Amino acid sequence: MNNSIRTSRTISKTIVYVVCIFLSLLSLFPFWMMFMNATRSTFEIQQNSIGLLPSKFLLSNWKVLEGKSFNPMIGFMNSMIISAGATIGAVYFSSLTAYALVAYTWKLRQPFFTFIMAVLMLPAQVYSIGFYQFMYQIHWTNNLLPLILPSIAAPAMVFFMRQYLLATLPLDIVDSARIDGSKEFYTFNRIVLPIMKPAMATQAIFTFVIKWNEFFLPLILLTKKERYTMPIMVSLLRGDIYKTEYGSVYLGLSLTVLPLFVVYFLLAKHIIAGVALGALKE
Amino acid sequence: MRRKTISYAKYGYIFSIPFVLTFLIFSLYPLLYTVLIGFTNLRGLGFTDIKVLEQPFENYKLILNNPSFQKSLFNTLYIWVVGFIPQISLALLLTAWFTNRNFKVKGQGAFKVLIYMPNIITAATIAILFHTLFGYPKGPINDLFLKMGWIDSPLNFHIQTWTARGVVSFIQFWTWYGNTMIVLIAGVLGINPTLFEAAEIDGASPRQIFFKITLPRLKTIILYTLVTSMVGGMQVFDIPKLFLLGGPDNATLTLNVFIYNQAFSGTYLYNRASAASMIAFLIIVILSAVMFRILRDKDAVLRRKWEREERRRQRVEAREVNA
Repeated sequence: MNNSIRTSRTISKTIVYVVCIFLSLLSLFPFWMMFMNATRSTFEIQQNSIGLLPSKFLLSNWKVLEGKSFNPMIGFMNSMIISAGATIGAVYFSSLTAYALVAYTWKLRQPFFTFIMAVLMLPAQVYSIGFYQFMYQIHWTNNLLPLILPSIAAPAMVFFMRQYLLATLPLDIVDSARIDGSKEFYTFNRIVLPIMKPAMATQAIFTFVIKWNEFFLPLILLTKKERYTMPIMVSLLRGDIYKTEYGSVYLGLSLTVLPLFVVYFLLAKHIIAGVALGALKE
Repeated sequence: MRRKTISYAKYGYIFSIPFVLTFLIFSLYPLLYTVLIGFTNLRGLGFTDIKVLEQPFENYKLILNNPSFQKSLFNTLYIWVVGFIPQISLALLLTAWFTNRNFKVKGQGAFKVLIYMPNIITAATIAILFHTLFGYPKGPINDLFLKMGWIDSPLNFHIQTWTARGVVSFIQFWTWYGNTMIVLIAGVLGINPTLFEAAEIDGASPRQIFFKITLPRLKTIILYTLVTSMVGGMQVFDIPKLFLLGGPDNATLTLNVFIYNQAFSGTYLYNRASAASMIAFLIIVILSAVMFRILRDKDAVLRRKWEREERRRQRVEAREVNA
């Protein structure tokens, strides 16, 4: 009797591990294929497209890749400027707006908060045509600013920061700073912002990744090659010029995944904690 | 000496200015502009003679009667549903395993890291990667299936409607079930542990605990996942756009790919694209409202019940005091 219970437990435990390992491999397999095939020649890939081990054609693939329109350095730089700019803007101004909602009593405070909640889920792609036309008229297409500045108004982040401030900011600190003669703006920058560091770090990671991966808006706004972001560079690999150059297509894809892999595996713990935190705020 | 009282209220307004201005310029104005364009004749590059149409809803009529638009609406819902069902099911199963109190899954942290990982990789990259992996006649997936003996000859995933749509749904599922799982686990960890302890003392099995305690308490968070996933699903663009460019035969043409094609792929029909955007927006608002209504009603019922009990308790107390 006892034995059969133990056996069925062992079986169900085994199932759990087998499924978990299978799913982990399912996450890794496409990227493993990608990295390995990036080092294999087109001929090798055509012979057998599942290569589990690296080959020695990385350099020649790189030459083919770089010889055409794909330029990872330009894509990397533009994506870096947009993601960093947008992240700094979003994190700083969301904190400031949240501080306005928490630390001060003003007449429109509640209506303003209700308004933020109402636009929380407004998807940007819904008004992309008007946005594009607007940018076209002020000659801001092929400019990185329209991809950075809108991030200053990030309703979801304001909401998150507000919840964080409500839970962690002792308003006595603000009061005593006032008695010491600290100006309001100075108090925010020197006293409140340091308290918000953990929340800012979490939100910064996600904003950065989301902006790094953004595809729709850059695709419609940026038409000059020197302005292309990483995802737009990647979309070139789908074109005819790379049709038969399998090795270099895989290499190009690898180059866009590599920075994300480095960041992800360094910060995975914080990122996953951040996803969980984002869910709990609801 | 009279102490001067200072009102700090004005800083509330001042500190909100950057947010409000940015929102007005980069969100509200473009939104109203999109609404307006939907009623005009704005088409073509560098077009300046913009007029509101004599029949303002002509663009809407044309879009609603456009077979490609109807198909894109169907595809979008189809791809979302087929991706979401396995996504939520597998996420729930993994949540049940990872929060099991009798059996700690070893290496849980590593599993979570790997399972969540596809979610942060650029969707554009994933779309092209899968296009290459599912290559025909030679491609890693075809080679794998052949080696395993699952198929006799290479499958052309890219020209059949159901395989093309299926792969897009699969990518959506594969990139999002890890995220859903993390959210659900956080939800379970937020449940008061004494509930589980009490159930265990009463001799409930893990399965009973999951279905009778965990699942009902996760309802709000599951509905939240449903709404956000639906809003995201209605917007899906990167993957269908780059995986098969909306093909084959419009099988992976989603709403946003349709809108993009109307406005930016040589036809410059900004007015039609705007009308289509507004229809998509309306669908999102209605679907979210319906789901939130279900959510709120449930809360309201609970609150009324709680208030009734509270009143009864107060009556009983009052009687006791009187006696």
